[in-house]
Amino acid sequence: MSKIRVLVGTKKGAFILTSDGQRKTWKVSGPHFAGWEIYHVKGSPADPNRIYASQTSGWFGQIIQRSDDGGKTWNTPGSSPEELKSPNGFPKGESNKFVYDGKVGTHKWYDGTQHPWEFKRVWHLEPSLTDPDTAYAGVEDAAIFKTSDGGKTWKELTGLRSAKGHLWQPGAGGMAVHTILLDPKNEKRIYVAISAGGCFRTDDGGKTWKPITRGLKSPYELPDPDAEVGHCVHRIALHPSRPDVLFMQKHWDVLRSDNAGEQWNEVSGNLPTDFGFPIDVHAHEPETIFVVPIKSDSEHYPPDGKLRVYRSKTGGHEWEPLTKGLPQKDCYVNVLRDAMAVDQLDQCGIYFGTTGGQVYGSANGGNSWSPIVRDLPAVYSVEVQTLR
Amino acid sequence: MIRVVLPFHLRNLARLSGDVELEVTGPVTVRSVLDALEMRYPVLCGTIRDHETLKRRPFVRFFACKEDLSLEPPETRLPDAVANGVEPFLIVGAMAGG
Repeated sequence: MSKIRVLVGTKKGAFILTSDGQRKTWKVSGPHFAGWEIYHVKGSPADPNRIYASQTSGWFGQIIQRSDDGGKTWNTPGSSPEELKSPNGFPKGESNKFVYDGKVGTHKWYDGTQHPWEFKRVWHLEPSLTDPDTAYAGVEDAAIFKTSDGGKTWKELTGLRSAKGHLWQPGAGGMAVHTILLDPKNEKRIYVAISAGGCFRTDDGGKTWKPITRGLKSPYELPDPDAEVGHCVHRIALHPSRPDVLFMQKHWDVLRSDNAGEQWNEVSGNLPTDFGFPIDVHAHEPETIFVVPIKSDSEHYPPDGKLRVYRSKTGGHEWEPLTKGLPQKDCYVNVLRDAMAVDQLDQCGIYFGTTGGQVYGSANGGNSWSPIVRDLPAVYSVEVQTLR
Repeated sequence: MIRVVLPFHLRNLARLSGDVELEVTGPVTVRSVLDALEMRYPVLCGTIRDHETLKRRPFVRFFACKEDLSLEPPETRLPDAVANGVEPFLIVGAMAGG
């Protein structure tokens, strides 16, 4: 019997929602790490009991948590009681040590001057597809780190910031690597997205990176139509069966690329707004994609107070609103970039969380929705594990 | 024996239910107390002061004997009452954020 585990990061802790394959009744566990901001929680595809969480605080900084039993218990990697009994003495607490490698360097600041990189927090954790001890961390200020020892230590992949990092500039939400996509057919290929740095790809496992932004248009932010970096990419997504096909929700426009990001084309079509944060792909239909249009630029809530997921079954251009079970009046929540995910069951499930604390689920590919929980703290991230 | 009082979130992180009692060798200073604290509870490394620079995090404050020691140099000796364990060394999350 399949089981679904939804991992929810919120402003005040993590929550784990579990259900059987019917996805009708749910058990809620949490808050884990109560009172801390949980930017992201994600399980290892190679070992679903291994889950990584990014716990952060404006007071006490960054913490990395790890569970090896599916979220029942958690430890900061390298600091478990067993490891503290090491005959070599106390290990140093380094699981939360994110230090930029080499010369720190500078990036563009709001006023156009150069500003030193300063680590703030981990926005996104992306476990390896094949090794439970390997994971990537996307951090603010924008950089990517890698662990190969289950999160005990982290090392920066410096090549990313060499890709014109001095021209990256923070947006209103900061400057972070918020999306990391691993190519399931090519372990050397990784995509990342940065607000407001753009979109980048490595083909050598993270040594070197190049901007993949041709076709993106950001006329107000970037008057130069050929600007390689500085685009405010909100989220990218791919289907594992076709990792060269990418979908993007940008600050303006929804786009797709059919050649691993070498060229992007707008597919916003009939969307009510071209602004939004998340974008995701159906588990079994590579041309079926989901977005949540949001009113830009200042309001950041659904247009007309109607919470609508839009689905395209044609890979863009043609979109249909999905409203059944979602509030269609007086709704002014937002859906953040990491707060949408899909499960792998035959009838693909879609899940998303809102800044109002609701987590909605659909067990039929988006045709109808129901709230799993309604009153959590503001939801930062939603991930799903399909357990068989 | 030095007594250290941690804020709620750091007590939870270190899985402590009450105050910490530490043995500090040599002069009892902010730095030596934090060194001993992090040695006992490595999970606290980076949460009170920066890993690399060892500078106090901006919204963490240090108090002892009703004095704010946050801006004192880390080598400053703590009051005798703290060194003798009569008064605690307080690590406090600053009021911030509204």
